[in-house]
Amino acid sequence: MLDTDVIETSPPVLRRTSLYDVHTRLSAKMVAFAGYDMPVQYPDGIIAEHLHTRAQAGMFDVSHMGQLKLFGRAAETGLERIVSADLTSLRLGQTRYSLLLNPDGGIIDDVMITRYDDHLYMVINASRKDVDIPLIMEAVQSAGGAHEDAVQIMSDHALIALQGPQAGAVLQNFAPQSDRLMFMQSAVMQVAGVPAIVTRCGYTGEDGFELSVANKHALALAEALLGHAAVAPVGLGARDSLRLEAGLCLYGNDIDETTTPIEADLGFAIGKRRRLARDFLGADRILRQLEDGVDRLRVGLMIFGRRPARQGANILNGSGEIIGQVTSGGYSPTLERPIAMGYVAREYGQDGLKLGIDVRGKTIDAQVTPTPFVPQRYRRRNVQ
Amino acid sequence: MRKFTSDHEWVDIDGDIATIGITDYAQKALGDVVFVELPSIGATFAQKDEAGVVESVKAASEVYAPITGEVTDVNAALEDTPDLVNSAAEEGGWFFKMKLSDLSELDGLMDDAAYAELIAELD
Repeated sequence: MLDTDVIETSPPVLRRTSLYDVHTRLSAKMVAFAGYDMPVQYPDGIIAEHLHTRAQAGMFDVSHMGQLKLFGRAAETGLERIVSADLTSLRLGQTRYSLLLNPDGGIIDDVMITRYDDHLYMVINASRKDVDIPLIMEAVQSAGGAHEDAVQIMSDHALIALQGPQAGAVLQNFAPQSDRLMFMQSAVMQVAGVPAIVTRCGYTGEDGFELSVANKHALALAEALLGHAAVAPVGLGARDSLRLEAGLCLYGNDIDETTTPIEADLGFAIGKRRRLARDFLGADRILRQLEDGVDRLRVGLMIFGRRPARQGANILNGSGEIIGQVTSGGYSPTLERPIAMGYVAREYGQDGLKLGIDVRGKTIDAQVTPTPFVPQRYRRRNVQ
Repeated sequence: MRKFTSDHEWVDIDGDIATIGITDYAQKALGDVVFVELPSIGATFAQKDEAGVVESVKAASEVYAPITGEVTDVNAALEDTPDLVNSAAEEGGWFFKMKLSDLSELDGLMDDAAYAELIAELD
């Protein structure tokens, strides 16, 4: 009865992050993900890890993600040609969510870009490294940058996420300066005695941080964080259910090269200056969609009953016609019911609309619902 | 008498009625169970037919009929408390009962020792 991908042990060719020994010590269940041997869950299980992150703080190894530094004007000019962001308005220590686009306006990746004094720091998806890095190199070179000097791939760095309502209080113990960071701000500081790039961001909808540290320091930092009573280790399983509740896209599921930012409801990632200048890749198609509307759009779906709708399930209208597909779906530990997101034909996108989803031949009831499903609790200046 | 399948189901035989569930090893591998789709009472299955689905947070997995026969009862408690599969996989978390039609099929199933050997190899 078991799906082979659930119990398959990872082949030895997989790469290990610098926190591999922590995962082993904690008896994590390891799975192959984007070429890495990663913890999908620890013995407490996905639901417990998920709820712990919403209640206190979870620590995630996200070292499989790609980290880069881009130095110099040419690198910035080159990068701007292939992303949706207005980088000129990005202030020192500010982080921005952006999209790498193809000439048709399809999404090559969703990324985070932070401005530091002499470089841009970027975090890209693990599964897209092989695509993104050559593209970035080429863009930098075409803007006149010598890519070997301008682009530094930080494979010598680990990335640790600390997420949850207690994340701020916990990190203050190890890095008092972290308290001054607001959501989407970043600074280099000592954390538990080691230098780290600390960015107040995440993928759970909670307040929290991503900590980039040299591989040689990662294990000690992880153990220090885990030593705090409020912190529990959290695997990729709960990372997925947390981001789904937060309404955040997973590259490869909810967005890919066939979806545009407007279809994906990510129009906010296109800088205003870029919009006015119409100078980003796919601008013609994307701006036309902004004016005329899209054929399909990404929506949240609240599911009635206990049966989860998974990726690939067809979404049906009242007449039983297929009008879209689920791109992410699963059980919401916070809401104690299944939730999903997917694309539906434009006329079915309004909130509150009742739709069906075909799950193994049975039609389950769903309702178009605004996301996030669970309120985001980022730390912003005007809050508290 | 308890038998096991290589698909990690257990089968308790009492006369001509078999009670079927998934093993403790299987529930651990699946993780938190959030939904169980059970067959209808009266449904008939051939051995190895798909008879139900168990859904964890991560994924859906099929449950197969370990023997040929007719479904005589289902565990209604799983409807509202699917996590019984995690807390009591080999007791209160049973899935369904079948009336056996071919006793010889039982010979093809594993006994305790053979199943213990199988999961030792998997670990």
